Order: sequence, then structure tokens, then C-alpha cells
Amino acid sequence: MTIFYILLIFMVVAAVIAVETKDLLSSVICVSAIGFGGSLMFLFLRAPDIAITQVVVEVLSLIILIRATISRDLTFITGDREFFGTVVSVVIIFVIFLAGLKILDTLPDFGTPVFARVAESPSQIYVRKGLEDTGAANIIAAIILDYRGYDTLGEATVLFTSILGAIVILRSPARKRLGEPDK
Amino acid sequence: MGQEQQNSNTAQKESFSNGVKGMTIIVKTISIWVKVLIFLFGINIVLFGHLTPGGGFAGGVILASSYVLLMLSFGREFVEENLPLPLASKLDCVGAFMFALVAILGLVFGGSFFVNFLYQKYLPGQPLHLISAGTIPLSNIAIGLKVGVSLFLVTLSLSMFKADLSETEKE
Repeated sequence: MTIFYILLIFMVVAAVIAVETKDLLSSVICVSAIGFGGSLMFLFLRAPDIAITQVVVEVLSLIILIRATISRDLTFITGDREFFGTVVSVVIIFVIFLAGLKILDTLPDFGTPVFARVAESPSQIYVRKGLEDTGAANIIAAIILDYRGYDTLGEATVLFTSILGAIVILRSPARKRLGEPDK
Repeated sequence: MGQEQQNSNTAQKESFSNGVKGMTIIVKTISIWVKVLIFLFGINIVLFGHLTPGGGFAGGVILASSYVLLMLSFGREFVEENLPLPLASKLDCVGAFMFALVAILGLVFGGSFFVNFLYQKYLPGQPLHLISAGTIPLSNIAIGLKVGVSLFLVTLSLSMFKADLSETEKE
């Protein structure tokens, strides 16, 4: 359990540094360090699927962030923070934290979800009968592509549409400036 | 046709040893070898998604990052000759269409939409082998192709956008 606290404190410290530092490259690297800490936590929580996905998405988004935000002439963030906005945000966060403390008392213990005690709940049925219902040894692949395949279809549609929107926005000025006719 | 191929071959040989575009020759040599290994590893994670951890999404991101490695060490034009933007868009659409086709074939051959008709009726296979779990490997291949080409397209478009922005700043 102590390794979780160490990684959590590491991620919180990296997040604070990412917000407070003035150098843009250090800020981007600290954002990426948060992602790596999260992937280590998934590995210690025995979820290798999510750990693999978190590591590779973190590396790729680090490359895209550096390409998108850092240019040769702007490497430092300048400007002050205004006082009234900071006070309002801190007060709102504190009120939400107090409300959250009351809700955290009703949560079950760490590692024992509520439906693990009920034998006929869907999670226990997926774990027990996953191999003979779908034939896949990886229960996660069986859940996201057989039991809950419709949700994966929705997620693939969202990914497709967002990539389409990004390419349309990023493409037409380049075509116009390079002199090709707009099709 | 032969003249064009000779021109593109000499262009690629020039960009291999050219110091201005891309990185030094040590980085270029190593990244060619490493790119093939990363690509093969991504195909392994996509194909065995129903047996080992991973699956379509993680494998697709690994496939995209192998091409991003080439883009970082050789420059954008080298990669755009190998996998141009219209061909990548078509591959993206083929991946999405294959995923929807697997779902619709579940409606045609099985009873309901997106049912695992290959496992339940035609091709059960043996567990823990490559041919098992019905339509799950097919869905993994479709998702891996789609996610990989999508992320490659976003990085290529961002690179073209940034190059175009720096050109207009110089004017």
C-alpha cells in the first residue's frame, strides 16, 4: 500500500511543478511524468492492459505536445495571476472538498467493490464464464468486444469523428498557402 | 515511369545523407532498424489481443508511433512519400468500415446485432490458440488499423500546419 502513496505524492508534486514553472519545456515534461506515474500505478494494481495503453499514449502525446506548443521564440510563460479569480477558485474547491469528505465515508474499502460480494452480478458472471462464452483468454478483450461491443462501436465512432474534425481544421490553410486548388 | 522512380530514389538517397533535413546519420540509421521492430511489436499486440494484454487500441498507438519516429528523424517529406495523405485517409476509412461490417455480419448470420457469430456457430476453435474467440481478432485488427492510421494522420497534419505557419511568419 505504501507504493501507492509514494506514486500519488509523486504525481501531485509533478502536477504542481507543471502549473507553477515558467519554462514551457519543463512544464510539458512534468505533464508527461504524471502520465508515467499513472501507468506505474496501473501496473501495481495488476491491470497490464491499461498500463500498456497509458505508456504508449503518454509517449505519443508528449511528442505531439512538444511539436504543437514549443517553438523557437517562445519558451517562457510570462504574466501574473489575478487576485480575485484565484480566491474564488480556492473557495469553490474547498467547498467541494468538504462535500466530498461526507461522501467518502460511504464508499467501500479499497480493493473490495460492492458487487464482488454478490454472486450473480455481471462482473462475477464475466469473470467466471468469460472463457466458455466467448473463447477469449483475455477477459478484457472479451468484455469490450463481445459482451459490451456496442460501447466499443460508439467509442470508435467518436474517435473517427474527432480525427476527421482535426484533419479538416488543420488541412485547408496548408493547401491554400501551398497554391493547390481547394477540392 | 522509370524516370520518376529514379528521381524519387535519388531524392530518398539525398535525404538519407543530407544534414539539413532531419537528424544526423547515426540517428537515421538506428531509427530505420528500430522502426521495423516497433512496427512488428505493434502487429503482435494487435493480433494476439484476445490472448495477451493489449488489444486493438494499444497496438494501434504503437503502430502510429513507429511512423512518428520516422517523421522525427527523417523529416515530413520522406514519410509523406511512403504513406501519402490520401492513401492514409482511405486506410482509416477501411478500418472503420471493417469494424462496422463485422457488426452487421453479426446481424445477418447470427440472431442480433454484433453477436459473436463465428464463435457460436461456424468456427469455435480451441481456447488459448490464435484461431479462437470468433470475431474478436477481426475487430482487434480493424480497430488497430483505424487507431494507428488516425494518430499518424493527426501528427502529419500538425506537422504540415506548423511548417506552413512558420513559412507565413517569415513572409
